[in-house]
Amino acid sequence: MSVPPPTVGRMEERWSTEHVLSLAPDAASQKAAGKLSSPAPWSGAGTDGTALWGECKGSGSTPYRTVIELATPAYQCSCPSRKFPCKHALGLLLLWSGAPEAVPAAEPAEWAADWLKAREERAEKRVAAPADPAAARRRAERRGARVAAGAAELRLRLADRVRHGLADQSTAGPWEEVAARMVDAQAPGLATRVRALDATPQDRLLEEYAMLHLLATAATRVDELPPELAATVRTRVGYPTDTAEILAGPTVRDRWLALGSRDTSDDRLTTRRVWLRGAKTGRPALLLAFGRPGQAPDLALPTGHLLEAELAFHPGARPLRAALGTRYGAPEPGPAGPPAGLTVAEAVAGYGTAVADDPWLESWPTVLAGAVPVRTPDGWYLTDGHHTLPVHTSALPEAALWRLAAVSTGRPLTVFGEYGHQGFAPVTAWAGHDRPIGLTTV
Amino acid sequence: MTITQDPWETLHTTALLGTDRRPLPVTALPLADTVDPADPATALLELAALATVRRRAGALPVPAAGPPGPPAPEDPRPELPAAAARRLAVLLTGRTGSGGATLANLAELLPQWLATVRARGLRPPGALIPGLLDAARARSELRSDAVALAGPLGRWLAEQNPDWRFVLRTAAPDPAERPGQPVDHHLWHEGLFAERVTHLTLLRRHDPAAGLELLSGTWSTERAEDRLLFLDALQDGLSPADEPFLEAALGDRSKNVRATAAELLSTLPGSALARRMAERASAAVRLSDAGTHLLVTPPAECDAAMQRDGIPLKSPTGRGERAWWFGEVVAAAPLRLWPESTGLTPEQLLALRVGDSIDETSSSWADDLREAWARAAVRQHDADWARALLGPAPTPPARGAGRARAPRVTGAPAKLLAVLPPGERAAWTAAFIEVHGLGEAFQLLGACGTPWTPPLSTAVVTALARAAGSGAYPWSHSGVLGMTERALAPETAAAVEELAAEAAPDSAWSETFARLAGTLRFRAAMLAELDA
Repeated sequence: MSVPPPTVGRMEERWSTEHVLSLAPDAASQKAAGKLSSPAPWSGAGTDGTALWGECKGSGSTPYRTVIELATPAYQCSCPSRKFPCKHALGLLLLWSGAPEAVPAAEPAEWAADWLKAREERAEKRVAAPADPAAARRRAERRGARVAAGAAELRLRLADRVRHGLADQSTAGPWEEVAARMVDAQAPGLATRVRALDATPQDRLLEEYAMLHLLATAATRVDELPPELAATVRTRVGYPTDTAEILAGPTVRDRWLALGSRDTSDDRLTTRRVWLRGAKTGRPALLLAFGRPGQAPDLALPTGHLLEAELAFHPGARPLRAALGTRYGAPEPGPAGPPAGLTVAEAVAGYGTAVADDPWLESWPTVLAGAVPVRTPDGWYLTDGHHTLPVHTSALPEAALWRLAAVSTGRPLTVFGEYGHQGFAPVTAWAGHDRPIGLTTV
Repeated sequence: MTITQDPWETLHTTALLGTDRRPLPVTALPLADTVDPADPATALLELAALATVRRRAGALPVPAAGPPGPPAPEDPRPELPAAAARRLAVLLTGRTGSGGATLANLAELLPQWLATVRARGLRPPGALIPGLLDAARARSELRSDAVALAGPLGRWLAEQNPDWRFVLRTAAPDPAERPGQPVDHHLWHEGLFAERVTHLTLLRRHDPAAGLELLSGTWSTERAEDRLLFLDALQDGLSPADEPFLEAALGDRSKNVRATAAELLSTLPGSALARRMAERASAAVRLSDAGTHLLVTPPAECDAAMQRDGIPLKSPTGRGERAWWFGEVVAAAPLRLWPESTGLTPEQLLALRVGDSIDETSSSWADDLREAWARAAVRQHDADWARALLGPAPTPPARGAGRARAPRVTGAPAKLLAVLPPGERAAWTAAFIEVHGLGEAFQLLGACGTPWTPPLSTAVVTALARAAGSGAYPWSHSGVLGMTERALAPETAAAVEELAAEAAPDSAWSETFARLAGTLRFRAAMLAELDA
């Protein structure tokens, strides 16, 4: 067997193994995919640069047919697995990532081409369902009243606890019960914050009470607030946002640089955050994608890549979260080297300004330039020689910090992360003119 | 900060105790006039919210306490090609998974990848160093290569992370890899035992005389079991310069130290001990007057001088005393004694009949003599003798002559094989496998350098195909198969793929060959991308 020398261009476009594994819905899928990442079970595997396809020999007589459209990405496989993407799709991606010679350039096989074409047509046909504006308004009014009542009750509960003393928990029941009432009041955002109080350490408890009190107060009189702040309050209280409606509004077209991404999961949901920055506008943006257990979030935008697209920002006093609208082409590698960043002092001031707009803001996406990670007996810090920031260590695994230290070699680097009152949670690092390094992937 | 800190403490204390028990000193607090004091609890929450937002929005950056510590020393090695770096990431994640055929193979390939990259003097990207160190922490056989690869960055990280302390122990920096820098001996004087052995071993490789001097300096204060292993470290760079020290060690208090010193001295052909052994050996074996026999007269006793020269009084396996002493004497005598005293080549000597000095026809000494010569050949790294003892490479039997018997090789053939030059080793083993199959080839293959030469690889693949055809089970060859994954020449991959295609579908052999082919392809790509 001869190994053709991989061309530089193709290597650039291939996804890294970490990236592929990050698409896996769970650890079992990662393992199962690993077994299918050798060329042996595959036949007729190929790629045309925008899609991968191949037939995978399974236990049955007919091989499974797997197609992956890379830009979205979207997966199709004839296997009966309910996991998504299935192990065959992941295995094919791993094979392509690790042994490109096994997935040669070709024209799509007929069955693969059929699916890709059908998918394209579906996307064109997709239209928003007509809405009934009057009914929607009635629903909103009913909801507003219930939320206001729930928020008023929460204020009373908080004040009650302060009256009896936070140190005296004997007379008060767990917050879980109050959280359930907030769910009934259609205020899931309040419910989440209330539930978290049971796990809050005592020295931070008053802060949390106070901010929750502030939010509940704002929720009882949300109609009197300036529209942007009112939108912020509604979002935090837990009003749903209709993505289609947002996308129908104004959008910002730019070439968006992916600064980093992070997945978090609980037993109900996997959440993927992808932070962007507009190359022209300099605007920060946050895309969120969700997956049920067994499904990876369907948003894959490699860090360091640029995507020309329209984003529609969720309304608020500090717009950040956005919905991805029309895309113009697939993501492509961005410029080599780190994005422009701030000094520590500028980062601190930046978060301060953002908090002045949205008092409940926990953190703000921040690129630090010329920062050195330092480990001291009382924790990790980032310093630029003039000022120092604590690292928000509980937000990320220890391995991520060592990776950051290793990438820096003790020298200044550019690091993207979320900076807030609890410290800086790093997500991506750039050393010199190297490609970005994801700190929390794999 | 101090302006808001105290009012916050007031709020906090009041909230902890409860406004029912402790009235809120509203007027003493800033911004108190902005809240409605009617309900103290609500007023407290509002003031606390104001203070919190104020603190978060108005936080000032904390001045740096001082410059950060020194960075990692620069690493002058060129960085790995990007594809190879990705490969390392795959190999390292393969390690963390358990089970699964593909993953097990990655674990087999990681050591080879590390050794190859180390030899090429390449530097892995910093982001992968923590994963590499974690892998080496879990698998100590990876440590030497992993630590060398991690380089100065690895040491810098290990100084900060207690989990990676082993790096500082493994990584007495090899002086040969840092030319021109003075050697720092503090590890020898203060280090743990394993660190000291490593330090001495590396120093011996680089500067044997300095190593000997270092060891001599502390010898008298070392514990017996430590002395034994330090002495062992002298094997590297052993030369006549070490003889006086070793000769003195023959008088050591510890029996094991004495034995090791004697063994080292016997591998120095010009040493006084070797001369003494040569005298004893000459007395024990002589050529018969007709030149047709070697006549053996085993030592009659093991006197104090012999014992001092490392010959134990009793055989550990309970052999007859005289036969035991005889074997020890011949094994420790320089091999060149025999051609010099008889004028015969090793082959001619081995062809002679062996008899008792009293009864020429008694052949009971033949095995003892061969065995002792084989040990001597291994110890003294004598290729001529090893070749003669192994005999010519087996040749396939003539058609119809029946199955050949394995040649009778005295001693451990794999050890003798290891004395031969690599090309000869591979050729001999290939010939052996062609004739005798893989059943007894495991240790011989282990003695061959990796990757195997194409002829040897072909011989192994052919033998595997034969085994598959004969109905044997793959797992009866699992040892050889594991080695094959690491060592088979990439050129043979096509033949293996063919075997995989030909094997009965869904049979154990088809799976075995397919996996082997996959591993070979992975390995070929892995080595090819290092050349990029």
